[in-house]
Amino acid sequence: MAGSPVQVTGTVLTTRRVDAYHALTVVAPGIADRFRPGHFVTVAVGGRDSSLLTRRAFTIHDVKPDYGGTVELVFGVRGPGTAWLADLRARDTLDLVGPLGRPFPLPRDPCTCVLVGDEHGAAPMFALADALQQRGCRIDFVLGAPSADRVFGALRARRMGETTTLTTEDGSLGMRGKVTDVLPGVIADARADALYACGPMETLRGVTAIAVELGVPVQVAVEESMACGIGVCMTCVVPVIGDDGVTRMVRACTEGPVFRGERVRFDDVGTIPFDALGAPGGRHV
Amino acid sequence: MTADLRTYLAHVELPNPVLTASGCGGTGRELAQFSDVHRLGAFVTRSITMAPRAGRPTPRMAETPSGLLNAVGLQGPGVEAFLERELPWLAERGARTVVSIGGGTVTEFTALARRLAGADGITAVEINLSCPNVEDRGRVFARDGAAAAEVVASVRAATPYEVPVIAKLSPDVADVVAVARACVDGGADALAMINTPVGMSIDVDTMRPSLAAGTGGLSGPAVRPLAVRCVWQVHAALPGVPIIGMGGVSTGRDALELVLAGACAVAVGTALFHDPYACPRVLRELEELLQERGFDRLADAVGLAHRPAGAQTRSRSDLEESSL
Repeated sequence: MAGSPVQVTGTVLTTRRVDAYHALTVVAPGIADRFRPGHFVTVAVGGRDSSLLTRRAFTIHDVKPDYGGTVELVFGVRGPGTAWLADLRARDTLDLVGPLGRPFPLPRDPCTCVLVGDEHGAAPMFALADALQQRGCRIDFVLGAPSADRVFGALRARRMGETTTLTTEDGSLGMRGKVTDVLPGVIADARADALYACGPMETLRGVTAIAVELGVPVQVAVEESMACGIGVCMTCVVPVIGDDGVTRMVRACTEGPVFRGERVRFDDVGTIPFDALGAPGGRHV
Repeated sequence: MTADLRTYLAHVELPNPVLTASGCGGTGRELAQFSDVHRLGAFVTRSITMAPRAGRPTPRMAETPSGLLNAVGLQGPGVEAFLERELPWLAERGARTVVSIGGGTVTEFTALARRLAGADGITAVEINLSCPNVEDRGRVFARDGAAAAEVVASVRAATPYEVPVIAKLSPDVADVVAVARACVDGGADALAMINTPVGMSIDVDTMRPSLAAGTGGLSGPAVRPLAVRCVWQVHAALPGVPIIGMGGVSTGRDALELVLAGACAVAVGTALFHDPYACPRVLRELEELLQERGFDRLADAVGLAHRPAGAQTRSRSDLEESSL
């Protein structure tokens, strides 16, 4: 266990633009200490008396030991909350809760891992790559996005990875297409033993389908909209098959965000599968 | 000197008036990571149903100005799993637990109350009257005084006499006082208000409803004036009935507003999503506000806004200067 989450008022250390994204480094020692790759934090947006009530969840891109411990978040501006975050300047304060969620499980022995990051889903992959390399694993990256400015971390991936394959849908960087188009080739070339993926639900579904077909274990970090991030609001549920074979609507924030890919019923996301525990009309008493 | 914050739900004493609102504190374990559940006035569970429920499809939540629309659909493991795993944990930690119950028929509510009657560690039972009544074309019990009273009476009859029964009312009614009176006549020991009014939002980009369920319950500071109005009206009509006020409480000032309107306890709901420490913070702020205003006891502030205009409140300096 990485310990329980804490709420801290962090001070913004730096803000920078990374192509289409914003990166925010915040001093938050309590969170940095407890961090494992795959963890996320939630932030309160809009300041005091904000009319935006839900916390925004972001995977932690990186932690550094500076100033007692900093965490770095990467996000794109999608609405009023992220726009407010993008306007933050150094020395502003930010209310953070973390680290939250189930981190990526790491293999016991050195093996070959392919890390798939679609758009800013690439953000948590570098801390994971660090942890895997410390265990002697070989890393291969597959990063993708609709266009070149939305491919995150290509340079760092090239430095860290044995190979790095980039894809863009418009062909402006790397191969034209999606990460799932090149993934089977990368898995075959690297003789991958394990797969890690983060990105939009549709990408994870494709990655999982490939992993299942090729018989490679896959860990996916899902992005589901959350209100609280700590497991009380029950809004971020996804249908996941448990160890006992029963499908349950489980919270992405608490039981996830990292799941074994083949356990997530991607085809049924956004619905209540008829055979889920407690589904309407079901016979579970 | 600290103010006396004890409050009573019927004959049950609570050490302080700040509760969690039903469905906003998870199982208690999630909040316990941040602050002790036994320091709450009481922990109110999500609405427990007879059978496990998977709830509604996602998206279940949409943010609105100063509010939150949700349609979770009472997801939960059912009463057996609750009694086996969740209630004993709360009891072990010394939490006072108010069990919220939800059902589709009077029979289901009664069966739930019977099932809970034998369990240890239940401080009170709260009836979620905003459940659709399957025997009345899915209209919620809280809409109709007679249906609400029937549920309250049957739950009251099935619940041990020492456990108070709380009726949770909806603001989506023509006359909240009439429903409140019907519930009290049916045997409710206390009232909780407000449940979320039904709202809706449409995503103008996808041009579809924001929630998979279409409509959802609106909570957060946006509904606080509704809560204050309901508490005010019911306290004016039924001054002897304990009221748990809730609806958009996120600071001590908000809590005090409901107390002045007539609530003897206050529940914090949506604020917990924003700030997991909301309950202890609201309590501390409420205590400070009471002290600043010269109150020695919370009870002295309950319903104080109802006093006639121009009437003097008893202030601490009056007492100090009195020769008696």
